[in-house]
Amino acid sequence: MKRVAFACALLLISGLALAIEPGKAFEDPQLQARYEKISSEVRCLVCQNQTIKDSNAFLAGDLRREIRRLLEEGKSDAQVYDFLVARYGDFVLYRPRMSGKTLGLWIAPFILILVGGVVAVRVVRGRMQMSVNDDSDQTVS
Amino acid sequence: MTRYLVPFIALAIMIPVFIIGLNRDPTEVPSPLLDKPAPTFELPSLTDPQATVGSADYEGQMALVNVWATWCGGCRQEHDYLMKLASEIDIPIYGLDWRDRREEALVWLEKLGDPYVASAYDEDGRVGIDWGVYGAPETFLIDENGVVLHKHISPMTEKVWREDFLPRIKDAQEARK
Repeated sequence: MKRVAFACALLLISGLALAIEPGKAFEDPQLQARYEKISSEVRCLVCQNQTIKDSNAFLAGDLRREIRRLLEEGKSDAQVYDFLVARYGDFVLYRPRMSGKTLGLWIAPFILILVGGVVAVRVVRGRMQMSVNDDSDQTVS
Repeated sequence: MTRYLVPFIALAIMIPVFIIGLNRDPTEVPSPLLDKPAPTFELPSLTDPQATVGSADYEGQMALVNVWATWCGGCRQEHDYLMKLASEIDIPIYGLDWRDRREEALVWLEKLGDPYVASAYDEDGRVGIDWGVYGAPETFLIDENGVVLHKHISPMTEKVWREDFLPRIKDAQEARK
């Protein structure tokens, strides 16, 4: 019984040893760092909410291989991102670039905050005036 | 009075936005290749490893490029329709057998029929990446100048053909006249 439990425990933790990255690390630690940075910024389109660094879908593996190849060829980070965006579109980057198409995505939060702020200020002011002007306060809501 | 209208107006704006947004399929990512020249490629032929199949084969004519694989369920689903389509249209269908096993792919074509003029064998998925392929089946419509007119992700059906492909083919043919 103990043995079985031990075997189960081993089986459970063995997953930790299975690193997704099959290729060997770059010899140059700087290159390795860039590789890891880029692969954690790129979306795996098959599994959408994972980066290609975390995903073991084969497409993620293919893309990691391409990124590795481009870095080995001496391409800059920007060139690697260009390569990916040209093929898969802005959606492939977790932080899409600012462009005509993605402008809405970037500025919408600020516009919404602005609109919300204006509405909030007006509501609060209205209430303040109401309570000043109208002692009975019955018109509220 | 206006203060009561505001929420309704806001709601009236939001409802269509949500209706459109929620009906969209988030797994269908628009391709940046649309209206741009399709990537050129040259790969070993699936049926004959000595021969090559590539974009040069359909140069100067309209073509369909269908990305498929034996491990892909949607490809099995669309296969019968592709067979039918291939017999009905005079646009050649080229296959891109993507990240597949050659033997299995050959068995597949033998058993189910071969709708393709030729199939390129993309064993390591390099050409697939150039084409921005992320989920087979995918079907590209390429015009005479090699420009991508349309990309369809998920199985090809009669409805998709009629609604998404035919109008674009007609437009392209009319533009040529």
